[in-house]
Amino acid sequence: MSTHARKLLVVITEGALERSLVKDIRVFGALGYTIHDVRGAGRHGERPGDWEADRSIEIKVICEQAVADRLAAHILQSYSEDYSLSLYLADVSVFRKDKY
Amino acid sequence: MLDPLVLFFALGFIARLAKSDLRLPESLYEALSIYLLLAIGLKGGVEIARQSAGNLLPEVGTILLMGALLPLPAFAILRAIGKFSRADAGSIAGHYGSVSVVTFAVGVAYLNERKVAFEAYMPLFVAILEIPGIVVGILLAKSDSWRSVEWGELLREVLLGKSIVLLLGGLAIGWLAGAEALKPIEPFYTTLFKGVLSLFLLEMGLVAASRISEVRKSGLFLVLFATLIPLTYGVVGALVGHWLGLSLGGVTLLAILAASASYIAAPTAMRIAVPKANPGLSIGAALGVTFPFNIIVGVPIYFWMAETLARR
Repeated sequence: MSTHARKLLVVITEGALERSLVKDIRVFGALGYTIHDVRGAGRHGERPGDWEADRSIEIKVICEQAVADRLAAHILQSYSEDYSLSLYLADVSVFRKDKY
Repeated sequence: MLDPLVLFFALGFIARLAKSDLRLPESLYEALSIYLLLAIGLKGGVEIARQSAGNLLPEVGTILLMGALLPLPAFAILRAIGKFSRADAGSIAGHYGSVSVVTFAVGVAYLNERKVAFEAYMPLFVAILEIPGIVVGILLAKSDSWRSVEWGELLREVLLGKSIVLLLGGLAIGWLAGAEALKPIEPFYTTLFKGVLSLFLLEMGLVAASRISEVRKSGLFLVLFATLIPLTYGVVGALVGHWLGLSLGGVTLLAILAASASYIAAPTAMRIAVPKANPGLSIGAALGVTFPFNIIVGVPIYFWMAETLARR
């Protein structure tokens, strides 16, 4: 079965940003996303995820390289200064290229 | 005699400090908070149906004004004495201008225990007091850049937040349906209330204890602030309630509302509207210090204030 190369952009950040990020993802042309509630720790300290006003989320977006680049640049510029944020890209192979 | 509600809170607090693996499932916590908000709203709504709406308007106006003014002294103190940044001072002041529904619920349980009556439409004031403090806090935090706040987005977030929707929704259902029609479901919302509140306080104990490290980092000033501001605001709330001619229980609850600090609606709104503010400071103070202070020693003190005013 043939596969197609795409990028997986993963954003781990504060739950407060969910609405803004979902809007950004749409605006920059990604066709879908998946969100999980997560917990962990990083340079900003521990984020135990035990309080509803202070949750952490992980957003996964599979999209074309160009979209991932623009979206990542926008996210870094808009949020990295004031919010806990982890962001990485990975290569993935998809089966249905029209979906991403 | 120790109040079992406080003991449930203490159990959660100690369990977290001792690093127990106790954790309430998130879905249970969500369900408990939905139940509490609806129960509080419904009871108030039934009572509003008995009042003519015009009678409540002057009180609603006064309460709104109180909510809008409460953040101002806190902001001035945080700026002048605490030397906090404008963003941090505005954010923390907004938390203290807004209210805590659970502290209110503990107050209601305290009054019920002592068979002290209160104006049953008080839950309306909880919903009303939630918003102005947050808005004024944001205005103070962003007083140099109001235009940068996306007010539409933000008001949507606050007004459509779970607590406002369920409190006002419960009030509306109670008001529209009336006491008679609610009879079949009423036992669910009244007899279970204190039991549900006890489980919720267990969770609050766990969460409050996990904020201790942030409180430690923030220093002695903020701890003093988080205990003295509730006491001062409690006096303000009691005086306003007395001036409005509320009953002993009503004055107590308004003092509790004024003294309480928001740790659900306010942190969410501030994180979006004032990204420069450090949420560790405001949530640490509101949840780690003020909430335990209020439910353990505050509520009896506010009741005593109301009693003292009632005797005058």
